[in-house]
This record gives sequence, C-alpha cells and structure tokens, in this order.
Amino acid sequence: MSEIIKTDALIVGAGPVGLFAVFELGLLDIKSHLIDILPKPGGQCAELYPEKPIYDIPGFPMVTGQGLVDNLMKQIEPFSPTFHYGEMVEALQQIGTHVAPLFRVTTDAGKIFEAKVVLIAAGGGSFQPKRPPIAGIETYEGKSVFYAVRKMESMRGKRILIVGGGDSALDWTLNLHPLAERIILMHRRDDFRAAPHSVNAMRELVREEKMDLIIGQMTALKGADGQLTGVAAKGNDGKAFDIECDVVMPFFGLTMKLGPIADWGLNLHENLVPVGTETFETNLPGIFAVGDINTYPGKLKLILSGFHEVALAAQKAHRYVYPDKKLLFQYTTSSSNLQKKLGVH
Amino acid sequence: MAKITFIDKDGVSRTVDAEDGSTVMETALRNDVPGIEAECGGACACATCHVYVEEGWFAKLGKPEQMEEDMLDFAHDVRPTSRLSCQIRVSKDIDGLVVTTPDQQG
Repeated sequence: MSEIIKTDALIVGAGPVGLFAVFELGLLDIKSHLIDILPKPGGQCAELYPEKPIYDIPGFPMVTGQGLVDNLMKQIEPFSPTFHYGEMVEALQQIGTHVAPLFRVTTDAGKIFEAKVVLIAAGGGSFQPKRPPIAGIETYEGKSVFYAVRKMESMRGKRILIVGGGDSALDWTLNLHPLAERIILMHRRDDFRAAPHSVNAMRELVREEKMDLIIGQMTALKGADGQLTGVAAKGNDGKAFDIECDVVMPFFGLTMKLGPIADWGLNLHENLVPVGTETFETNLPGIFAVGDINTYPGKLKLILSGFHEVALAAQKAHRYVYPDKKLLFQYTTSSSNLQKKLGVH
Repeated sequence: MAKITFIDKDGVSRTVDAEDGSTVMETALRNDVPGIEAECGGACACATCHVYVEEGWFAKLGKPEQMEEDMLDFAHDVRPTSRLSCQIRVSKDIDGLVVTTPDQQG
C-alpha cells in the first residue's frame, strides 16, 4: 500500500477554477493538492482553446485560454500547491464525522489522499478518449480495442490497426512498431496533424514497407467474444474493404465524462452537483463543488462565477480545517498578514 | 438574415431563420434543431456539430480552414461535403443553405 498523502484540501480538477481555489484557500492558510487527468494545468482552457481569446475575465479586456492559465499559475505560486497530473480520482471514503469531516480518496494511479475538505472543480468531467460511434465497440474494449497501452509488451507479435492522424496515433504507431507483427495506420486523409518529425518517421517506415498506411475510415468491427479478427472500412471513393488485425487503437480526440465522482454519494442533477450559494457545499459536509460542475438557481457556466464560488467555499472550508480559529475578513491591499502569505512583504 | 434548412437523419426537414453574423451551429441550437451537439460551444475543438452540406452549396461556402479540416478527423463518417457548422458564418450570401445532420455526432 502506498503512503498516505495528507492534505488540508484536495482539489479535483486543475482548470481555472481549481487553480484559483488554491489562491483563496491559501489566503486562509489551507494547503492544497490538485489532481487532474490531463498532463498539464488549465483544463478546458488549455486543452480545448489555448489560443482562443476570452473577453469576460474581469480586468483582462482580452486573454487567451493559455494566457489565463499561465497567470493563474503565477498567482498561486506563493502557496506552493502540489499537482498530481495524469491521474483520475476513483473512490472516496468518509472516515471523519459530519462536524469534523475527513476523506480518503484514491486515484487510478494508486495514490491515497487523506483530506479535510474536497473541492470538486471538475468542469465538464474528466477528459477521456472518445469512443468512435461504431456498433458493439464496447464489447471489444480492454480486450482488443485500446485507447492506450499500459504494458507495451502485451502488444508483441500482434497485428495492430491504429486509426487517426494526430500525435497520439503517430506516437503509438512509432512506439509499437518494433514490437508488433505488423502496424497498419489508417487515416481519413493523407495529411496529418501530428508533429512533422513523427510524420516523417512514419512515412519512412511506409517507404521501407515496414508498415502500412491506408487512407480510409473504419465502419464496423469484425470478431467474436471481444476478440477482433479485423475491421470493415471504406475509402474516400466510397469503396468498402476489410483489414485483418488483432488489435485496434482508435484516436478520435477527447471527450468529457463525469466518471467515478458519480459514485461518491453526491446528489446529482443531470450530471451536475447541486450546491447552496452561500458555501457551495454539496449534500456531503466537507465536499464542495465549484465551477462548471455545480448547479444552483441562476447558475452561469462562466469562469468568473467559478472564481466567486471558490472564495465563498474557502470560508466554509476554513471552519472544517481550523475549527477553533476565528476567521477575520481581510483585504490583500491592506492586510500585512495576507501580504506576508503572498510573499510581497 | 438567411433561411437555412436542416435535414435530419430520418429525412425530416426544418427551415429556420438565421441571424447575420451568427453561425450555422448557433442557429441550430437556438431553434432546437436536433442532431447538433456542439459540445465545445463553438471553439472548433470537438467535431460534434458535423454536417453534410448540400452539393451545390459546398463550393459556394469556400474551403474549410486547416483547423476545421484537422478537427473533422474526429468526426464520424466524414464525406467530401463534410463541414463543422460552427465554422460556417451566416450572411445573406448563404440564404437557402441546406445541410444534413449525420446519423451520429462523434
């Protein structure tokens, strides 16, 4: 069993609202750990629209998604939060009481956290590989259809069909090529979004006839009991053809799913978590929901609303983390105490 | 103003008014046209507002930009007339546009 990581606050999701939660909690001396399934901070801002301008962040007439994330990372630096990237929260166990909550949270990477408060800032949910809308694909998943491979060795000697034209598709093509019996890459056009050096390396392998490149789209899977024998496909001319293979790895981008949070015993309303607007606490004392994932009368899914929500949630969190301390309301402009925490004095 | 016709997978046709400067995707959502999900809200980041543009109209709309072409890689059953409807801007020039929504959004 891995060592338990103890923290005041565990923040699920490192999007803009999760990041700003570190700031508001930090001003109240509450230390944070953050977990995010992406390999970087920023959530949707960084994953979906890093280059897109945002016009409704107070004080910024215009800022890009990535620009906002970079600034938030700088803003929360004084509170030295700990990030756990590429991990998804799984189980949550209540090990405290209603007045003194304590939660044990585990991730899919096997980490165990013990937190006094949990802030769910998971936005639209966790980013997960998109399942292509092909009939029956779920019966093959984990057996012969994979969206990632944890143990490369398990792919040795297989005929692998990789479908897609971005970095994931190209990276897996190149990584699995030495192990596979044969690699076939299929993409809908002879033009790739991936890094040029990967594309060049792939084209070189094709030229040397060490792998196959097929232009087309997958239309159906063939096989039985979870084991593929091949796929049906069609070319851009509309002609149908079959490809024999043992494994298919489809790469059609990411989509957002609520995931295991749905099983935590929280009230849910259409995949959103209802909260009160005074503390943004959920039906489970000590667990807060902030940003796009929560719902309340009049809710607007705006980043600026999320910022407000974390400021208020932090006030209630303080009561759980420091039950004996009285909270004094202070301004960062004038409080030497807050300025000390921010490292500006 | 322009009139846009959406034909769904069952062949049901809906013609709605579209405001200049909006997008075909926004027009669909505003008018409760089924078959368009627009998961990312119009950032050209998801390919769930995929439509097939009627033959004659495809050339008139001009070529999709590289970013849209890249994102179409994530759509299902892409055809030569495939577009992402969040990238088609409404103006009087597209009055009468006809698009078909696919069986499934990716």
